[in-house]
Amino acid sequence: MSTDTMALDARRHIARQIRWRPAEVIFWLATLLPFVLFPTHLVLASQIAITALFALSLDLILGYAGIVSLGHAAFFGLGAYTAGLLSKHGWGEPLSGLVLSALVAGIVGFAASLVIARFRHLALIMITLGMGLLLHEAANSASWLTGGVDGLQGVKMWQVLGQFRFDLYGYTAYSYALAVLFLSFLLVRRIVHSPFGLALRGIRENSVRMTAIGASARAHVRKVYTISAALAGVAGALLTQTTSTVSLETLGFQRSAEVLVMLVLGGAGRLYGGLVGAIIFMSARDQFSGITPLYWYFWIGTLLVAVVLFLPNGILGGLARLRWRRR
Amino acid sequence: MAIVGVLFDGFAYGMLLFLLSMGLSVTLGMMNFVNLAHCAFAMLGGYVTVTLMNRLEWPFIATLPVAFVAAALASVLFERTLYRRLYRASDLDQVLLTIGITFMSVAAAAYVYGTVQQPVQLPSYLRGYVTIIGVNFSAYRLFLVGISLVITLVLVLALERTRYGAQVRAAVDNQRMARGLGIDVDGIFAVTFALGSGLAGLGGALAIDIVGLDPSFAFTFLIYVLIVVSVGGLGSIGGSFAAASLIGITDVAGKYYVPELGAFLIYLVMLAVLMWRPAGLFGRR
Repeated sequence: MSTDTMALDARRHIARQIRWRPAEVIFWLATLLPFVLFPTHLVLASQIAITALFALSLDLILGYAGIVSLGHAAFFGLGAYTAGLLSKHGWGEPLSGLVLSALVAGIVGFAASLVIARFRHLALIMITLGMGLLLHEAANSASWLTGGVDGLQGVKMWQVLGQFRFDLYGYTAYSYALAVLFLSFLLVRRIVHSPFGLALRGIRENSVRMTAIGASARAHVRKVYTISAALAGVAGALLTQTTSTVSLETLGFQRSAEVLVMLVLGGAGRLYGGLVGAIIFMSARDQFSGITPLYWYFWIGTLLVAVVLFLPNGILGGLARLRWRRR
Repeated sequence: MAIVGVLFDGFAYGMLLFLLSMGLSVTLGMMNFVNLAHCAFAMLGGYVTVTLMNRLEWPFIATLPVAFVAAALASVLFERTLYRRLYRASDLDQVLLTIGITFMSVAAAAYVYGTVQQPVQLPSYLRGYVTIIGVNFSAYRLFLVGISLVITLVLVLALERTRYGAQVRAAVDNQRMARGLGIDVDGIFAVTFALGSGLAGLGGALAIDIVGLDPSFAFTFLIYVLIVVSVGGLGSIGGSFAAASLIGITDVAGKYYVPELGAFLIYLVMLAVLMWRPAGLFGRR
């Protein structure tokens, strides 16, 4: 095969991937259903949308580039605190708050990526974990800035686009979070279907070989890690803006672990994996934690063990295999 | 003389960390298996001791071997049924499976014992202080250091002088080569895994008086143990010993002299060591 037809094939492959499937359109239309079906649960729906965005950001590095991170909440928390501090000190405009939060999380993410890109395996897990813990501890100590364990008080958000006030029922919150999620999703979808996204998957499968064929694995990892950190920052900022508080828990290890669970449950390395995982996880928690908040973790644990043993590619991976078998 | 006391407390704490992390270091070095449920076995040892003492009124010392055996047996059960399926799986799958087991153990402990701290009444000869050259040493910490040093000595001798030890070293150095020479690596691993978890169980039992015991133990100490393992380097007893002492002393001295930094200091030490030597202080890979 000549290089020309190979290039053409690659282009056709990408073009085929990027076409919108009916199931995707249905999925996004279905995200509008809560307005009609569960108007009393819009606050929960907005939380789900925010968590889904966070999971999507993790999917970009874990699912596509194969970077296992146990400290991704660091960037979520950075975004959350940036948005909170901005508003506390007199600038409560939501959209510019999002942009600035993304910028702060992205810059810190870039600095971290300089280190991250050099490691694999256990050292990588430990370094991401260590960075997460370090930031959590820093925010805890710097209580003059962050409010410490009590959280950041006095966050007052202005109206979105100068028109929509954040209401008690979460109507604005959900619309706002959903819109940001959708736009971010479009961006991520574009990224993973680009040649850059293809290179990331190559790095996930075999980073040495990618370097050998001339793709700089480290440069790609730095780039995707920065983007992912910025997106996580946006998710954190959304949480601050829709709830008007920032707690230390946004930086916690638990949040990093939970988002990992969601992503794996839904299916890592699939665009909708994090979204589906977040929907199932958050709705289940809402249902179960009312009865026995403590034992919720028992079921998460069971779920994790079951997913690893029986559903190696998550729920979406399992569905895809079923469909593939039936053919 | 306060500095001697702080150093000693830090060293005793480090010895505790050493007992807790030794097993994980060897299993990681041998099978490359990331076992984040290691501290769940340690927690089991702690609860065994508490139950035997408070319900059956056993003496503290007598519960320690039982804690060891219980944790070892439980770990064999998990190794045979769950872990062995994932030896060749990715890091991520191993992390998820073992975090799942840890979550379950935390919830199970909370179900049986509640979330409160478990009380433990030490025998009178382990309470109070011993004064040596004008410095007060806690009797219990002396006991802890003594036990740990004896165990370290036994481990080093067993690894250096016995046939089993030679096989373990071979399997850590080069697993495939060891298999090629006819060493039953899986069998060796199962025994080592049980011993390591047993030591963690013992560590869990000994830790109660120093750090307390509640269901979150499996997570809070996991982080310390992982730090020790990654700083010390995988599969090296000497490395774990040095790293555990370093982390223990740093943590205690840091909390004593600069309390506002909190746990900041040990995370910094860990990150600095890993940047400098990604395989840890004594790691070869």
